[in-house]
Amino acid sequence: MARFIVRRLLVTIPVLFGIVLVVFILARVVPGDPCRAVLGERATDAVCDAFIKRYGLDKAIAPGLYKVGSSWEFRVADVPTTVVDNQFTAYLGQLAAGDLGTSIKHSRPVTRLLVERLPTTIELTLLAMLFATVVGIPIGLLSAVRRNSPVDVGSMIFANLGVSMPVFVLGLVLAYLFAIVLKDTPLSLPPSGRLSSGVEVRSLVEVWGLQSLQGLPRGILDFLSGIYTFSALITGQWSAWVDAIRHLILPAIALGTIPLAIIARITRSSLLEVLGQDFVRTARAKGLKERAVVLRHGTRNALLPVVTIIGLQLGLLLSGAVLTETVFNLAGVGRTMFEAITGRDYVVIQGFTLLIAVTYVLVNLVVDVSYGYLDPRIRYR
Amino acid sequence: MTAPETQLTPLSPLVPAADPLVASRPASLWRDTLSSVLRQRSAVVGLVILAFLVLVAVFAPVIATHDPNNSLLGKEQGVEKREGSCIHALGCAADKPEHYFGTDGNFRDVYSRVVYGTRTSLTIGFAAIAFAIVLGTAIGAFAGFVGGWSDNVLMRLMDVILAFPSLLLAIAIVTAAGRSLVNALVAIGIVSIPIYARVARSAVLATRESDFVTASRALGESSLGILGRRILPNSLTPLVVQGTLGIGGAVLEIAALAFVGVTGDLQNPEWGSMIGFERNQLFTAPHIILAPGLAITLTVLGFNLLGDGLRDALDPRLNR
Repeated sequence: MARFIVRRLLVTIPVLFGIVLVVFILARVVPGDPCRAVLGERATDAVCDAFIKRYGLDKAIAPGLYKVGSSWEFRVADVPTTVVDNQFTAYLGQLAAGDLGTSIKHSRPVTRLLVERLPTTIELTLLAMLFATVVGIPIGLLSAVRRNSPVDVGSMIFANLGVSMPVFVLGLVLAYLFAIVLKDTPLSLPPSGRLSSGVEVRSLVEVWGLQSLQGLPRGILDFLSGIYTFSALITGQWSAWVDAIRHLILPAIALGTIPLAIIARITRSSLLEVLGQDFVRTARAKGLKERAVVLRHGTRNALLPVVTIIGLQLGLLLSGAVLTETVFNLAGVGRTMFEAITGRDYVVIQGFTLLIAVTYVLVNLVVDVSYGYLDPRIRYR
Repeated sequence: MTAPETQLTPLSPLVPAADPLVASRPASLWRDTLSSVLRQRSAVVGLVILAFLVLVAVFAPVIATHDPNNSLLGKEQGVEKREGSCIHALGCAADKPEHYFGTDGNFRDVYSRVVYGTRTSLTIGFAAIAFAIVLGTAIGAFAGFVGGWSDNVLMRLMDVILAFPSLLLAIAIVTAAGRSLVNALVAIGIVSIPIYARVARSAVLATRESDFVTASRALGESSLGILGRRILPNSLTPLVVQGTLGIGGAVLEIAALAFVGVTGDLQNPEWGSMIGFERNQLFTAPHIILAPGLAITLTVLGFNLLGDGLRDALDPRLNR
């Protein structure tokens, strides 16, 4: 098992390197000059020169290749000297030191930005995935067991509608429904932000009196504090916790509906396939109750493809997060990425994309490893 | 395929034994396929929805009641900004101008914009996937047919594209290439390539070693001929199924790109940008968001149902 994991990690190195390279290139072919995109069209040349020097944007991008203003130049004479000293090698060196750079737009380290923005997205995607799995799997199982019944037809119509509706339309409809139509009823839910105004979640550092803490431990604590539903829970700030959860419900449903529909459909077809197999007939023949046949023999074997799909959905969730965070005014990773791309903040684009790609690769690793637990026939070598 | 009726026929003296070669029309691949597709309920529903949408797109100038791009301010008596639906037949006051889905923030007729938006979404969705299928199939077929290191390099490149959240990658490509609907089309095409490359590659790998390919090779057919005339036609089914589902996805992505505002054009009727442009008016004028939202959902639903139906009809493993 350990050898399998190590080998899988080694295989991902070229993919990760490719991702770093693609992101680096993409960030630089964005037309227009970053200085004026950040400082405004009226920035003087002197100001821009200083700006460009400060962020190392005057260095060659690749050996001999320069970008001056918004035009490209290739200086043959510079090729030998810039083979080692260019923006890409500088970036790799930085990465090796665990430094993701400083955001051009926010003038703050990208790692700091991640500590602030990532918790929102983690909270959102985990809750959305939880919703999708907890509701989707039972719907799929029920549809398969009651095949062609009204329950089955109804839930499959629902599943088809679920995958066809855009995240942002569903989000806006939910916001309208719960914030306007159901206003002043117990079902009313807030349509934007993470907390109501006036409500605050005190950070872990504050609650535990660790203000003197610095560096990585402090970063980790601040990061955990940002996950309000977690930090408010463990520090017993109940009213803030309830408020945070209430703000998360609509975005999580909006984001989780497409995965829910996909999970329900896969679960249904997978269980149907398993229930048609010989060992299920054997289980029935030896007199097991139908309930035991379905739950113990059927479901366990049917869940393998479902786990794969759950893993694959995480990549999709991040695309959806851009839209959900836009609709519900959440300052998360998706929203930050979108603003960085449109605002030409190279450093943030690079840092956040790398994080997303690494997450994706790791999630797929976890999915692969979990096969072994679900299906004893799969052995890792 | 031994149906009991055909075995019984010779026993009946009154009915002359029909010569099976003359009596039954030769089995046609296309007719068989069509009839098995039409047996799928979801495919039929999907086809009906899509036929309806294609008709709407083609006859948009006839169906639309107003010019989709024209602000009616000062041109139509009593027109109001972001006014809800008004249909005279349903009891709307006769002195108010008729707007089936109401008006938007620029005094334009939402119904006409939704009708014209059908053209944009169908064309772009179809074109983006056609682009992805052509390039993806070329890459996948080449990788699968040639194998070796070029296979490895190409497929790892596809992995890299797949590792990005597709919407973010598309946003990045559109921003880099310049904000326009055409660039959005290309961006969605590019992020969809890996799916078709994978499908084509596995289809090629599956047929490459079959007997009819070996036979062609023995007959001296060139590699390119084998790939184009023998292998690819036999790999078409999964590509068609995946492509149909893919158009639905492309329609969703176009709408999403337009919603976040990277397609630039706000004048042309496009469902996603209609919603993105007016989304802050949700609480006062939900009809402007609901109408294009339902249009997107219906379109995607049509492609998804047809795609599912095609898969069930064409996948030999699912023959029931």
